[in-house]
Amino acid sequence: MGQHRIDHHPILDVPDRPRVEFTWNGQPLKGCAGEMIASALIANGIHIFGHHPKDHSPQGIFCANGQCSQCLVRVNGRPVKSCMTALEPGMAVESVEGLPRLPAEDDPVALHPIETIAVEVLIIGGGPAGLAAAVELGQLEVPTLLVDDKDRLGGKLVLQTHKFFGSVADSYAGTRGYRIAERLAEQVRALPSVRILLDTTAVGVFADQAVGIVSGLRYRLVRPRKLLVATGAREKMLSFPGNTLPGVYGAGAFQTLVNRDLVRASRRVLIVGGGNVGLIAGYHAIQAGIEVAALIEALPETGGYKVHADKLQRLGVPILTRHTIVSAQGRDHVEKATIARLDERWQVVPGTHRTYAVDTVLMAVGLAEVNEFTLQARSFGMDVYTAGDAQEIAEASAAMFTGRIEGFRIARALGRQTGAIPPDWDAKAAILKSKPGPTVQPRVPAAESGVFPVFHCLQEVPCNPCTAVCPIGAIHTEDERLTGLPYRDETLECTGCMACAAVCPGLAITLVDYRRDPARPLVTLPYEVWREKVAAGQTVILTDRQGQALGGFPVERVRVKKKYPETLLVQVRLDRAVAKQAVGIRVQPEAPEPSTLYENAPLPDEAVVCRCERVTAGEIRAAIRDGVRDINQLKALNRTGMGACGAKTCRPMVWRIFQEEGVDLKAVTDRVDRPLFVEVPMGTLAGAAGGEDQ
Amino acid sequence: MKRYDAIVIGAGSIGVPTALALAQEGLAPLVIDMRPSPGQGDNKHAIGGIRATHSSPAKIVACRRSLEIFATWKETHGDDIEWQPGGYIFPVYRQAEETVLKGYLPLQRRYGLDIEWVGPARMTAAVPGLNPRGLRGGTVSPEDGSASPLLSVNAFYRRARSLGAEFRFKEKVGGLMVEAGRVTGVTTDREAYRAPVVIDAAGGLSRELTRSMGCEMPVMPESHEAGITEPVAMFCPAMVVDLRPAPGSKNYYFYQNHHGQIVFCITPDPPIAGTDTRSTSVFLPQCCGRMIDLMPRLKNIRVRRVWRGTYPMTSDGSPLVGWNRDRRGLLHATGMCGQGYMLGPGLGEVVARMVTERLTDDDRMILEAFSPYRDLTCEVEALK
Repeated sequence: MGQHRIDHHPILDVPDRPRVEFTWNGQPLKGCAGEMIASALIANGIHIFGHHPKDHSPQGIFCANGQCSQCLVRVNGRPVKSCMTALEPGMAVESVEGLPRLPAEDDPVALHPIETIAVEVLIIGGGPAGLAAAVELGQLEVPTLLVDDKDRLGGKLVLQTHKFFGSVADSYAGTRGYRIAERLAEQVRALPSVRILLDTTAVGVFADQAVGIVSGLRYRLVRPRKLLVATGAREKMLSFPGNTLPGVYGAGAFQTLVNRDLVRASRRVLIVGGGNVGLIAGYHAIQAGIEVAALIEALPETGGYKVHADKLQRLGVPILTRHTIVSAQGRDHVEKATIARLDERWQVVPGTHRTYAVDTVLMAVGLAEVNEFTLQARSFGMDVYTAGDAQEIAEASAAMFTGRIEGFRIARALGRQTGAIPPDWDAKAAILKSKPGPTVQPRVPAAESGVFPVFHCLQEVPCNPCTAVCPIGAIHTEDERLTGLPYRDETLECTGCMACAAVCPGLAITLVDYRRDPARPLVTLPYEVWREKVAAGQTVILTDRQGQALGGFPVERVRVKKKYPETLLVQVRLDRAVAKQAVGIRVQPEAPEPSTLYENAPLPDEAVVCRCERVTAGEIRAAIRDGVRDINQLKALNRTGMGACGAKTCRPMVWRIFQEEGVDLKAVTDRVDRPLFVEVPMGTLAGAAGGEDQ
Repeated sequence: MKRYDAIVIGAGSIGVPTALALAQEGLAPLVIDMRPSPGQGDNKHAIGGIRATHSSPAKIVACRRSLEIFATWKETHGDDIEWQPGGYIFPVYRQAEETVLKGYLPLQRRYGLDIEWVGPARMTAAVPGLNPRGLRGGTVSPEDGSASPLLSVNAFYRRARSLGAEFRFKEKVGGLMVEAGRVTGVTTDREAYRAPVVIDAAGGLSRELTRSMGCEMPVMPESHEAGITEPVAMFCPAMVVDLRPAPGSKNYYFYQNHHGQIVFCITPDPPIAGTDTRSTSVFLPQCCGRMIDLMPRLKNIRVRRVWRGTYPMTSDGSPLVGWNRDRRGLLHATGMCGQGYMLGPGLGEVVARMVTERLTDDDRMILEAFSPYRDLTCEVEALK
């Protein structure tokens, strides 16, 4: 027990959870009461939850978010999504091998009428956007129902162990994501007009302007005057051979397993995609004691914040740009992943294949808005608002702000708010959504006396906590813009309090102190990984901003600011020559070179595009070459998108194949989407549960 | 202007098999549809049941031929249309339905239908999990079955094209070209095509189409909703039809398809006129409730998706098939009342023989029953 659990973490508290017994295919196992079944299985080293009825391919966790159905298991005979079903003592959990048998439960069932809830506002999604909107509406006493499919509020904030960027005044910059979730949830819970239903999934929108919601086994219909869709985003996927092997999954799923459920789901991962999601997932992996073999990115540069990329490289993770994943290999789970370099025309350069021994491939190749509610509800004439990623993919800080704006707009549309939206709100939202700017040359302060911060922040991103924490007000951003680069007003004397180093979400501020020994100044470096590796007296390998080793140095002292207890401030005495270059501490040992031996020449046609129905890229390509230009006909011919998830994952890949085939996309008819968005038992829909949730 | 032997308006349940039958007769048909690919009207809304279990001899005979075509398609042409010979089962709990169903048995058998009345024990053996309380028995017609409408229409389409039939999609028929009282072709929003025969296979859109041609056919679309579940191991391949009425609905029916998914549908009462295909919140609680009452074990199966389609109804529940009396060369094959998928292949052949003037005695019987000029005020067909 516990061999695949995270038993200590540099940021997160690891609660002592009581263990309960359950069985897996008859074998007794232990898990934590209340955790998701999928997490309990993975903690026990079980990654294969069943085999697909069509081709017997192994099935396991994929979205970890209740959306896809790949993690189906049978519990006491009934099929359930293991990522959304809490473990209970004595559960008999079994793998789904082929088609499950419907239990022969033939006793008559008492049915109850389906309750209808009429409400002013329905918010779907209790993440940053939904919560911020609920605060706005609740303060105006607007009757609001907030539903979320998880067991706690916060959405993806719950998974974020890092300190947030953005603005201190408007979006909790400098505070860790899961703490922001707690604070927002607390605010919402204090507002009596907001009713919260957790473990409640919005399953469909209907033409009679009702939204179907399911709590446990209970189905209800909600008729709101205004609907706010704050459902966030889902990860995009790539098609490559082996892409559906258990062990290939989204970065969000990984964060759920690791940061929410404290399960050590992997030993060594390859990350595909250098946006913020991929970069942060890499950081989270290392915090959880999971090795990152490399992070690859198809573009010439990583798209996420530079400070995130730098932070990861300093920990010892190679970032390979202009690289793509070619295949994942393994018998029934990922054992290896092969990457290759891309040329200017996005073609794989022959002879550049390299194979890593990894057990997990994390996909972080972009996000797509969860927009099926929005589109259907609008087509049914409902008054629909969107906020957060469901409106436009951006950072959570922006989501909080758009949630607030949309909450305000809804209140105004309901006549509960007469004022105009404060004129600066839209501008602020736009800034929070802004993409990072170009990287500038480092400007190293010339001084070699006293004490002062060195900013290793070379790219404009919306972020200002350092300006707010300086007790003497010496730190400013250029032109006082939220996205401006930070600088120090050198007319004010730095006290060396280290608050700026401790608060910086990018871990990109160091302090160099020449006061005691100008020849060997004391450098303070922020550090958030393994405490035991930086104890005083221990030698650590320091790196420059982008991870180049500067050499081994003994730690003189480790300090902590009370307000930021998880960020250690590691102090090391360095030669004057390198003091201002040192930024981080390498954690990962030098990675062994990947194998250049590449076996099993990949056949892209083998790659599965529709995971639910196991439809390959080759089958879709053949249909397109046969003249199919209607995705509904494609579905009719080979079931693409007909599975449990309803094309949530394959849709963008199908469009991409049309594009690859040189088809004019304007000539292609998109599929028709229909309810339900997730599968719901007939008994639930018929009212078998009555007033009970379980 | 390109010439064809016949122009079929509508590439759906009727149009595609009709084009196939015409091509098999050696004719060169053109099919025009405003939608982007075959079967994108109401064909794809069909749940896939194919039965000869009707109370009308014309439907029995036409559907028996359809069943033959569906059942032998794979061995004849190679493509799998997921034909499943599961039969149709009508469980009966009330005297009223028992009287009706038993009353039709002699007629059904006379027209060659294999059907029998069985008692409760054989009923529950045939349909595992069927609620035994009050079960009086029911009819079993083992030669009926099901197939995938999606795959069938595409298989018929491919076969028709390989025999020379042409299809134009995303093209809307504007009007009929008529010279000296005789049809000479159609115009569309893109082009004009010549043919001595034009076949109206527009289903729910027939009324609008024929109105624009000055000869309105009384086809009245009504909407029905349907759903499909996740797949489970096969236990109910038969189409189970419960004829009892309940508040808000008449009959409902379901079966387990080739993939193991339960596909289900209900007839709303009163009917919902119109062509709205947007799903409502009424359907699932209503239909699932009735299904669980009939078969409690269904409570655990999860519904995956719902949809809503159109039944192109006529006032007596039977199709309109025949030559137009005022527009020579215009042939109607429409108003299938929700049975287009099962009638299509059989009726398509009848229509082709109308064009080639090689009608059989059975064809004449069917055409008399389905005549667009019959007395449409008759009672609705009992097993509609």
